[in-house]
Amino acid sequence: MNKLSKLENESIFIIREAYYQFRRVAMLWSIGKDSTTLLWLVRKAFYGKIPFPVFHIDTGYKFKEIYQFREGYAKQWNLNLIVHKNQEAADRGVGPTTGKLECCTELKTNALKEAIRKYGFKALYLGIRRDEHGIRAKERFFSPRDEDFEWNYKEQPPELWDQYKTKARDEEHLRIHPLLSWREIDIWEYIRRENIPIATLYFAKEGKRYRSIGCETCCNPVDSNADTVDKIIEELKTSNISERSGRAQDKESAYMMQKLRSLGYM
Amino acid sequence: MDKASLKFVIVGHVDHGKSTLIGRLLYDTNSLPPDKIEEIRKTSTELGRETEFAYLLDHLEEERRQGITIDTTQVFFKTPQREYVIIDAPGHVEFVKNMITGASQAEAALLIVDANLGIQEQTKRHATIISMLGIEQIIVVINKMDLVDFSEEIYHSIKKDVTAFLATLNAPAQMFIPISALKGDNIATHSSKMPWYKGKTILESLDNLKSRASLENMPFIFAVQDIYKIDDKRISVGRVESGRLKVGEEVKILPEGSTTKVMTIEKYMEEPKSCCAGESIGLTTKESVFLDRGHILCSPEKEPKINDTIKANIFWMSKKPYSKGEKVLLRLATQEISCKIDQIHKRINSSTLEVIEENADILQNLEIGEVFIKVKKPIVMESFKNIQEIGRFVLVRDENIIAGGIVTD
Repeated sequence: MNKLSKLENESIFIIREAYYQFRRVAMLWSIGKDSTTLLWLVRKAFYGKIPFPVFHIDTGYKFKEIYQFREGYAKQWNLNLIVHKNQEAADRGVGPTTGKLECCTELKTNALKEAIRKYGFKALYLGIRRDEHGIRAKERFFSPRDEDFEWNYKEQPPELWDQYKTKARDEEHLRIHPLLSWREIDIWEYIRRENIPIATLYFAKEGKRYRSIGCETCCNPVDSNADTVDKIIEELKTSNISERSGRAQDKESAYMMQKLRSLGYM
Repeated sequence: MDKASLKFVIVGHVDHGKSTLIGRLLYDTNSLPPDKIEEIRKTSTELGRETEFAYLLDHLEEERRQGITIDTTQVFFKTPQREYVIIDAPGHVEFVKNMITGASQAEAALLIVDANLGIQEQTKRHATIISMLGIEQIIVVINKMDLVDFSEEIYHSIKKDVTAFLATLNAPAQMFIPISALKGDNIATHSSKMPWYKGKTILESLDNLKSRASLENMPFIFAVQDIYKIDDKRISVGRVESGRLKVGEEVKILPEGSTTKVMTIEKYMEEPKSCCAGESIGLTTKESVFLDRGHILCSPEKEPKINDTIKANIFWMSKKPYSKGEKVLLRLATQEISCKIDQIHKRINSSTLEVIEENADILQNLEIGEVFIKVKKPIVMESFKNIQEIGRFVLVRDENIIAGGIVTD
């Protein structure tokens, strides 16, 4: 079996395992390349009929194209799409200019907390990958969060032979990470193989493209002439720059990502 | 490169240099983005240390402050030959279950030993664990040769000790390599400081490793994960654990023992006529049979074992010991059955391999037990050496995995 098929089969196994264990699940769709790939795999796992909602945490600061992409494919793929926003914080004026840690925490993490409480989900699928960030490399496929949504990274459960953690009483929910073993280049090669639709922000225009997409206010494009999937794959084979080099959260300090994640950030 | 990456784990006692070796491998193979190197330099300076390659893996603030690895990490790198996933495993006794989590995914292991200190408690425990996990490719790396003046004598003396210990596990090493991870000797290039060493560098030895043999030619085993109703079809989804299957073939449903015929193999937007080991698929069968999670489908001629007792070796990894008579949950592939450990023939210290007690009543953290397990209902299994996929299991208490085990008979 080749590399991409192996990754695909592993992810589908994990997706189905989590759905069996928890039933009340949802998937987080940021509409970037990773979570769109995850959505593609989820559609495969359930034969095109996803038995749970697909969630978009909307900060209000996303790119216009992201909103269009969301509406278009939610319809085409017949998704049960739920959009959730921390309106209270937004009304208070929380935003990228008032401080990045606060903004991410309020508009992403707290919005997510609200949504999980409101709908009572026991597990959430997320499209994070080990090679994105050193902190994410420490994650489990099934990762528990406590009642305060905190990630106890010092006491992670053992995980061996495709046997994963089930939910204990004192755990609020589990994060399910079916893409943990994928690398950035695997994602793009799979997008090419499967012809997965992807936001055009990833493709170079006038010498710039986005390599990782978050909020419009907090990510910067990188220099690139890669305007097709093929060219992006070629670029990744030779590039020596970190994927998230354009993302502000990773830059404030060495442990900003750890702080964010231990508080419940994706 | 189309081939799947080869996964190997680096194990050994705390502070013998696992994370440093990985950092060095990444650095010497130009696998590091400049901004990562810059971040490591900055953090090292802030903490008042020399540039510390271990920080590439030790990403948690606590790990960097204390200079130890707490949790397992996986990183990618490649040589011109092949792509690799390196699994870093913590060497501290407190984090053995994290080490097991990492090592259980590996196809090969590098066992690292400090030349200055020789074999230590976790060196032996980790060696025991990797041999229990069925990892057959072991490379022993003798690190920090710079601290012992690159002495050939010391290298041979440690090599002798490790060889003897591995012999008791019946897990011989493929090769021994003297290195300095910190200075880069015998990592990517041959060291000029150890002209007496004629063997391979770390990189050369990695390219020598073999990927795990495909399970396609083994007997057909399919573990049912769940049942989906899609457009009036009842699809049994799951994974082919070993072997292969074609549409129209007969399968036996275990543990019940009835047989049925496979009508279709289901993949979204595809109509496969066959499937093989490792594939996540769905199956439809003739209407009359009842299938559910935990059922194991096999080829009628090549049935695995079905029994309500299991002879096994288990590794206990919970601070709360097991006391004879306690009920726990056993999970093997997708089967989940309540069980009790009926007999603890031997309690073994996983580091010294010394037998602590025979016919014991308890099993404690980090001990290995040679046990007889009584399961509430018959369970489908195979001995670990025949088909690993259904020869290994975990024990679960209060929703936590507390032991891993392998079927020995």
